[in-house]
Amino acid sequence: MTDATQSGPMLAADGTPLKKSLARSLRRRKLRALALIAPLLLFVMLSFVIPIVSMLMRSVENGIVAETLPLTVVELQNWDAEGGELPDEALYAAFIKDMIVAVEAKTHTRLGTRLNYEQTGMSSMFRKSGRNIKRLDPEADAPFKEKLIEIHDGWGDVETWRTIKTHAVPITNGYFLNAVDMRRTPEGAQAQPEDKQILIKLFGRTLMMSLIITGACILLAYPVSYLLATLPMRVSNLLMILVLLPFWTSLLVRTSAWKVMLQQQGVINETLVWLGLVADDARLVIINNQFGTIIAMTHILLPFMILPMYSVMQTIPPSYTRAAKSMGATNWTTFWRIYFPQSIPGIGAGSILVFILAIGYYITPEIVGGTKGVFISNRIAYHISSSLNWGLAAALGTILLAVVLLLYWCYDKIVGIDNVKLG
Amino acid sequence: MAALTPISRKPLSVVLPTVAIAGGFVGMFVGAGQGNVLLGILIGAALMAGLAWVYITVLDNERVARWITVLGLGAIGFFFAGITGLIAGLLVGWFFAFFIFWLYEGRYRQKLLPYLTGRQVFEHYLFRVICGAIFVFLITPILVVLPLSFNAQDFFTFTPEMLRLDPEGYSLKHYRDFFTNNEWQRSFKNSLIIAPIATIISVSLGTLAAIGLSQSHVPGRRAIMGILISPMIVPLIISATGMFFFYSDIGRFLEGTLGMDKNFVGYVKVILAHAVLGIPFVIITVTATLVGFDQSLTRAAANMGAGPVRTFFKIQMPLILPGVISGGLFAFITSFDEVVVVLFVGSASQKTLPWQMFTGLREQISPTILAVATILVVISIALLTTVELLRRRSERLRGLSPA
Repeated sequence: MTDATQSGPMLAADGTPLKKSLARSLRRRKLRALALIAPLLLFVMLSFVIPIVSMLMRSVENGIVAETLPLTVVELQNWDAEGGELPDEALYAAFIKDMIVAVEAKTHTRLGTRLNYEQTGMSSMFRKSGRNIKRLDPEADAPFKEKLIEIHDGWGDVETWRTIKTHAVPITNGYFLNAVDMRRTPEGAQAQPEDKQILIKLFGRTLMMSLIITGACILLAYPVSYLLATLPMRVSNLLMILVLLPFWTSLLVRTSAWKVMLQQQGVINETLVWLGLVADDARLVIINNQFGTIIAMTHILLPFMILPMYSVMQTIPPSYTRAAKSMGATNWTTFWRIYFPQSIPGIGAGSILVFILAIGYYITPEIVGGTKGVFISNRIAYHISSSLNWGLAAALGTILLAVVLLLYWCYDKIVGIDNVKLG
Repeated sequence: MAALTPISRKPLSVVLPTVAIAGGFVGMFVGAGQGNVLLGILIGAALMAGLAWVYITVLDNERVARWITVLGLGAIGFFFAGITGLIAGLLVGWFFAFFIFWLYEGRYRQKLLPYLTGRQVFEHYLFRVICGAIFVFLITPILVVLPLSFNAQDFFTFTPEMLRLDPEGYSLKHYRDFFTNNEWQRSFKNSLIIAPIATIISVSLGTLAAIGLSQSHVPGRRAIMGILISPMIVPLIISATGMFFFYSDIGRFLEGTLGMDKNFVGYVKVILAHAVLGIPFVIITVTATLVGFDQSLTRAAANMGAGPVRTFFKIQMPLILPGVISGGLFAFITSFDEVVVVLFVGSASQKTLPWQMFTGLREQISPTILAVATILVVISIALLTTVELLRRRSERLRGLSPA
C-alpha cells in the first residue's frame, strides 16, 4: 500500500481539501451573520448616523458669503483690512453687481441674517439696502461708493467690510469660537464682549449640575442598593418594585409630579406652611431654579444608579466581610477596607451612566428649571427652533456629543456595552 | 445567619423616653393641624409615655393593651378630624401598640446577631430608617399624582375637602375632560398609532440583527454593536436636531417628487424616527437572552433535517420569545414616552400624548395632565408586570434547556 493519501492534504467528504472546505463554511457563516445584521445597520446608518454627522458638519460650513457675493469676495482679497481705509470703488462696484443678483434671488436677507450673528445690525442693513440697490443699474449709475453710503451709512464703516472679509471663508471656525464665548476677527480669535459671554458659563453650569446630580444619586443609591443586595431575595424583590416603578413610569409623569409638588402652592410648600415651619408669605422658591432641576433629575435618574450598583453588590460574597470581622476589624474598617473597594465598579458604572444621561437632558430642565436651571441642551433647542442660528447649535451639539462619547468610551472600558442590563 | 437571639425585657428608663420621642413626633403633626405645634408635641409625648407606663407596670396584658391603643387613638382622631382622623388614628394606634411592646420585650434584637452592642443595633435600625426615607422619596411623586387627579377643583394641591375624605372633594371630571376633549383624544390616538408600528419595525429588524450579532464569527462586532447602540447614547436633543434636518429633506422628497399625502408622510417620518430610538433596547434584551441560548439545539434541528427558517421558527423563536417581547415593550415605552424627537420631526397633526403633556406643562397647566399621568402610571404598572413575568418565564425555560 502506498501512503500517497496520508501524506497529501486531508480531504472533506466531497473531495476538496478539508482546510479549504472549512474556510468556505466559515466564510459562509460570516456572510450569513452579516446579512442578518445588514438591514438594521443600513437603517441606523442612513437615518441616524449620517443625519447626525451632516448636522454636525453645519458647525464649520460657511459657504453662504462666497456664494452670495462671489465678486466681492475676490475684490476683498486685495483690500487691506488692517489699514483702516475704506475699500476702493472697484469693490463697491463688485458688491453692487453681486447684490443685484442676490436681491433678484432673494438670498441677500439670508446673508444678512448670517452676518447678524457676528455683528448686530447687519440683518436690517442688508434688508434696507436691498430695496434700494434693486433700482440701481450696474453700468449707468457708477460710481457707487457715495451712493451706497448714502443708502445706508453702514457701508461707509470699515467694520462692516472687515466683518464680511473675516467671514468670507468657506470653512469657518467661527461657530466653534462662538460656542466658547470667542469670536472670529481679522486679528484672529478674540474674546466676546463681557455681556455676550454666556455659553462657557452655561457649559460650566451643565457640568456642575450634572456632577451634583450624580453625587446625590450615589449618596441615595448606595444605602438602598446595599439593603437590596443583603436582604433575602423574597423581600428584596418586593422592594425592587419601588425602584422599578419610577423607572418604568413616563418621564413626563414624573416631571409633572415634581412640578405639582414643588410649586409655590404645591404639596411641599402647603405641608411646610401647615406644619408652621415656613411662614405663609415666605414660601420656599424651589421651582424654576437650579434646586428644582437638581431634585427632580436626581429622582428621575436614581434608578439608573441603583440598578448597576445592585447588580455589582449582589456578587460580593458576604463571607469576606465576615472573615474581616472575625479577625477583629470594626464595622467601619470592614466596610471601608473590604466591602467598599469591591463595590466601586458599581459606583463607576452607575455614575458614568447617570452623568451621560444628565448632561444631555432637555425635558426636565425645560419644565422645572426656569431660566437659571437650564442646561446646554435647552440652548441648542433654542438656537434650532427660535434664533435659527443652526451653525452655533451644531457647534454646541458637537462639543456636547464629544463629551458624551468620551464618557461612553470610558463606560465601555469599565463596564462593556454587552453588560448593560435593563430592568 | 438568623440565629435565635435570646431576648429580655428592657428597663423603663429605655422604653419610656423612646416612646415619648416618637409620641412627640406624631403629636407635632396633630398639633400643626390644630394650630399649636408645641402643645401637640408635649401632649403627644406625655400621652404615649403615660400609656407605655400603664401597659408595662399596671396592665401587663399585651392583647388588651393593643385594642385600647388602636381604638382609643382612632376615637381621638375621629373627634378631631372626622373620617381622615379616624383612619390616621387607627394607623398610629396600631403602630404604637406594636412599638411599645417591641421595645419593652426587646423583640428588636430577635433577628439580629446575639453579640451586637447596643450602638450597633441602633445603627442597624437607623440605616433601615434612612433606606425607608429614600424609598419614600422614590415613590412619593407617583403616589401624590394619583389622588390629586381625582381633585374636584382645578388646583394642584390637596383641598380641605379631599383631606376630610369628603366625596364632594373628589370627582372624575379631569378624566371626563381627557376622554371628551378632542385635542387629548387626538394625541392619544396618535400615540397609539405611532408607538406600535415603530415597535414592530424595531423589533423585527432588531431581532434579526441580534441573532446575527450573537453568532461566533462576526467581523467588526464591537463597532457594529457601538453603532446600533448609539441612539441610546447620543443625547436626545442631538438626535432630534439631526433627524429634523434629515426628515425635512425626506419629507420634501416624498411630498414633492412622489406626491404623497402630507399627513401620511408626517406619520412615516415620526414612526421611522421612533423605530431607530427603540432599536438599542431590542438589541440589548435579545442579545442578553441569546447569551444563554444553547447552540447545540439548532445543530440538533439541522441534523434532523430542518432548514434554517424552520429551525428559527420552531426552535430559536419560542426560546428567545420572552427576550423579544420585553425588548419590544422597552421599544414601545420609549416611543410612547418620547417627546423631544417628535417635537422636532413631527408636525401638529402628529401631536402625541407626551407632546400634548409637554405643552400643557409649559403653557397652560391643566389638571387633566394629572389624569393622563395616572392613566400612564397604570399602563406602566401593567408593562412592568408583563416584563417581570416574562423574565421569570425565560429563566424557567433556560433552566429546562441543558446548559
